[in-house]
Amino acid sequence: MLERDISETLQQQVHNAVVNGAPLKIEGGNSKTFLGRETHGEILDVSGHRGIVEHDPRELVLTARSGTPLKEIEAALAEAGQMLAFEPPHFGDNATLGGTIACGLSGPRRPFCGSARDFVLGCKLLNGKGEILRFGGQVIKNVAGYDVSRLMVGAYGTLGVLLEISLKVLPRPAASHTLIQECTQAEAISKMSRLLSQPMPVDAACYHAGHCYVRLSGSEQAVKHAHEHLGGEVIEKSEPFWHALREHHLPFFGSANPLYRVMVKPAVPPLEIAGEWLLDWGGAQRWLVSDEPVAVIRERVATVGGHVTQFRGSENNGEIFQPLAAPVLVIHQRLKASFDPHGIFNRGRIYANL
Amino acid sequence: MPVFKDGLPCNRDAHEDLIRKLRELLPPEAVLTDKEDLRPFECDGLSVYRRLPLVVVLPETIAQVQAIMRFCHALQVPVVARGAGTGLSGGALPLSDGVLLSLAKFKRILHIDPENAMATLQPGVRNLAISDAAAAYGLYYAPDPSSQIACTIGGNVAENSGGVHCLKYGLTVHNILMLKVVTMEGELLTIGAETLDSPGYDLLALMAGSEGMLAVIVEVTVKLLAKPERAQVLLAAFDDVYKAGEAVGAIIAAGIIPAGLEMMDKVAIHASEDYAHAGYPRDAEAILLCELDGTNAEVSEHIMKVREILHQGGATEVRTAANEAERQLFWKGRKSAFPAVGRISPDYYCMDGTIPRRQLPHVLRQISLWSEEYGLPVANVFHAGDGNLHPLILFDANKEGELVRTEEFGQRILQLCVEVGGSITGEHGVGMEKINQMCIQFKAPELIQFHAVKAAFDPAGLLNPGKAVPTLQRCAEFGAMHVHHGQLPHAELERF
Repeated sequence: MLERDISETLQQQVHNAVVNGAPLKIEGGNSKTFLGRETHGEILDVSGHRGIVEHDPRELVLTARSGTPLKEIEAALAEAGQMLAFEPPHFGDNATLGGTIACGLSGPRRPFCGSARDFVLGCKLLNGKGEILRFGGQVIKNVAGYDVSRLMVGAYGTLGVLLEISLKVLPRPAASHTLIQECTQAEAISKMSRLLSQPMPVDAACYHAGHCYVRLSGSEQAVKHAHEHLGGEVIEKSEPFWHALREHHLPFFGSANPLYRVMVKPAVPPLEIAGEWLLDWGGAQRWLVSDEPVAVIRERVATVGGHVTQFRGSENNGEIFQPLAAPVLVIHQRLKASFDPHGIFNRGRIYANL
Repeated sequence: MPVFKDGLPCNRDAHEDLIRKLRELLPPEAVLTDKEDLRPFECDGLSVYRRLPLVVVLPETIAQVQAIMRFCHALQVPVVARGAGTGLSGGALPLSDGVLLSLAKFKRILHIDPENAMATLQPGVRNLAISDAAAAYGLYYAPDPSSQIACTIGGNVAENSGGVHCLKYGLTVHNILMLKVVTMEGELLTIGAETLDSPGYDLLALMAGSEGMLAVIVEVTVKLLAKPERAQVLLAAFDDVYKAGEAVGAIIAAGIIPAGLEMMDKVAIHASEDYAHAGYPRDAEAILLCELDGTNAEVSEHIMKVREILHQGGATEVRTAANEAERQLFWKGRKSAFPAVGRISPDYYCMDGTIPRRQLPHVLRQISLWSEEYGLPVANVFHAGDGNLHPLILFDANKEGELVRTEEFGQRILQLCVEVGGSITGEHGVGMEKINQMCIQFKAPELIQFHAVKAAFDPAGLLNPGKAVPTLQRCAEFGAMHVHHGQLPHAELERF
C-alpha cells in the first residue's frame, strides 16, 4: 500500500496559481470528469496524496488522504467487517476518496442509511489562499464552528482541495437478501413508499425493467422474518445486480440518448416524460434516458417539486445542474469568494459563474 | 451611552424611533418593551449569562419577519433570534441595544406527509410534538435532546441538537430536508429541498448548528422514520469505570450499533438513584445502559449477544428491562441525572466535550486527578456510544472563588478533549459559553474562514453578533491561541 503526504507540493502549486492568476483543475483518479461542467486549468493532481491515516474499528471512524483509491479503503474496511454505509459508486477503477466526497456520490443504500455527506465527520482542506485548514474532527458529535466539512461534499472542488477526510464507518450487516417482484412502475412506487413507514430492515429498493427489487440487510433472524412478512422471490447472489446498478453497468445506462438524474419525493407517481425510466433510492432518485429537451424535462419535474441533473451524454458547458434561485446563487458566489478569493479552483464546474 | 454597534453611537431618541417603527410593522401586543415583559427573555438555559434586550418582537408571519429584518438591517440594529430558550450555551443571550426576535408564535405543524415520511413545521413546534403528531402513521422524528418536551425544532436546527440516540440515528443535520430562512437583509431563501438532495452547495449542512448566526429559520421540513417494532434496554453494573468503557468498545466491535449507549459513574448513579429511584445498583462504580431497537427478531438476537459481551467484559450484574415500564424507569434515572445532581450540590457546571471513545480511561483518570486538585467533586454522565462526555462539576457559587476555580477546571477538561482528538462541544453549542475555547480548537486562519462564511450570509454582521466564533483579538486576549515561539500566527493579519 502506497502512502505519501504531498500536501506541501499541492500547497506550493496553489501558491503559484495565485501568483500567476492561473486556474487549476483538481484531479484524483480522473473517473468522474464526465460529471458536471467542463473546467479548464493546469491539473492539480491529488492522486499521489494517499494512504489511510487512521482506522480504529472500535471508534467507527476512518481517516484517509484524499487521493487514496476508494477500493483500497473498502478493502481495509472489509477486513475489519466494516463498510462505507453510503455505498459510493466508483465510476471507474481509479476512483479516489476525495473525488467521491467532492462529487457527493452515494449508492443504493442512501435513502435508508444516509448520504456521503451524512458520514463525513471532518476534513483537512487547502483553500484558495493556500492555507491548510481543519474542520470537524474524528468524533461523531461535534458542533464547534460551522459545518465546513459537510459543505465540501458535492461542491466539486470549487471551494478548495480536500486533503484528508474523516468518515463514520459502520459494521457490515450479518445477512443480506434481495427480493424481486414483477410489477408496474406505479405499483413499485407505492410498494417502495410503504416501506418507508414500516420498521423493516430494508437497505435498498429499486424498480427496473418491470421488476421491483428490495434488499433486506441485518441480522440473520431480522432478514428472515422481514422476508416472510414482505413476500416475493429471493434472488440468489444478488450482489452483482446492486453493483451493476450502482456503477451504471446495467444495459439501461448504455443508451445513446442523454441520461438524466431526476430527484423527486419518493411517492410521486410515474412522471409523464417520454423515455426509459429506472427508479433507485426507493423512488427518490429516478434515472431517465430521453431525447426530450432538458428544458421540457425540468419544467415537468418542477411541477412536482423536483430537480434534474444532466448526468451523462449532454453538452458539458450548459446548465448541467438545476439552476439556482437568484438569492441563493448570491450566497453561493459569496461563499466561493470566501474560500477561493482568486477563483482558481475548478472554475465553472457546477455553475458558469462559480 | 448605549450603542447599537461598535462605533455606531446611539441615543434614547434612536431607541424610541426604533420601537415606534417596530410598532408600525407589528400589532401592539407583539412588541414588548416593559422591563417585566423583557425579563423572561434575559437568558436561555445557561442562566449565568443574563441581559435584557432593548425590545422583544413576536411576529407571526414570514412577511413580518422579513419586514423586521429589512428594517433592522437598514438601521444597522443587531438581531438575536430565539426559540424556546432552552439552549445551554447562551446562544440566545440578547443584546442590550438590539432586537430579540422570538419565534414563539410560529408553532403550527403545517403538514405531515406519511407517504414520503416527512413533516413540514413552523420553527416554534416542540420537538416532542412532532413525534406525537407522526405517531398516528407509525412514524417519529428521531433526534431527542433531553429538553425535547420544551425545545423547538427551529432551535434544534440552529444548534444541531443531538440526544441519546445519535450513534444510530444521527444529529439534527441528518434528519432535516429543507429550511426556509430569512437573511439579515430580509431575503427569504429556500435551503435544501423536499428531495433527498438539492442542487448547489450543501447550505443545509451549514445552517445546522449555525447558532442563529447565518439566517433566521422560519420553516423546517424534517425526515420521519418508521417506529421500531421493539426497543429493549439492558443495564449493566461494573466495579470499575474503565471496564465499563472497554465494554462499550466491545459491543461496537461485535458489529452492533445500539440505539442508545449511556454510562454513569458512581457520583451520578447515587444522585440519580436518590432522585428517581430507578433501582440502580448503588455499589457499582459505573453502569451502562444499552438500548437495542429494530425488529423483534433482531432485538432478541442482539440482546443475547450484548449480554454475553457485558458478562465477558466483567459486568458484575446485567439486567434486561422486564417490560416497558421498567425500560422507562431505567431511562428515567439517566434522564434525571442533571436535576438529580442539582439536588446534591448548590450549583453544578455541565461540560460538553467529545473524545474518541478509546481515550475514555485516560480522560476520566485526569478528570479525577483534577477533581482532587481543585477540591471540586465531579459526576460523570457519558453518551458513551458517541464519545460525548458530560462531566458535571459540583460547586457553590456563594463560596468565594469557587466559580472561578470551576471555570478553570472546566476549561482544562475541554482543552484535554481537544488534545486527545475531540471537540469542545458535542451538542450544546458554543454560544457565549465556549467562545474562548474556540481559540483552543481552531487556528487563526480557520476562525477567519468562519467569519467569512458568516459574512456570505450576513455581510453587515448584525445577526447574533459576538457569539459562536471569537474574533482574533479576543483569542489574543484569552491567550489560548496557537502561539509558537512567542509569535502569533499570521501576525500580518488584521485582528478584529
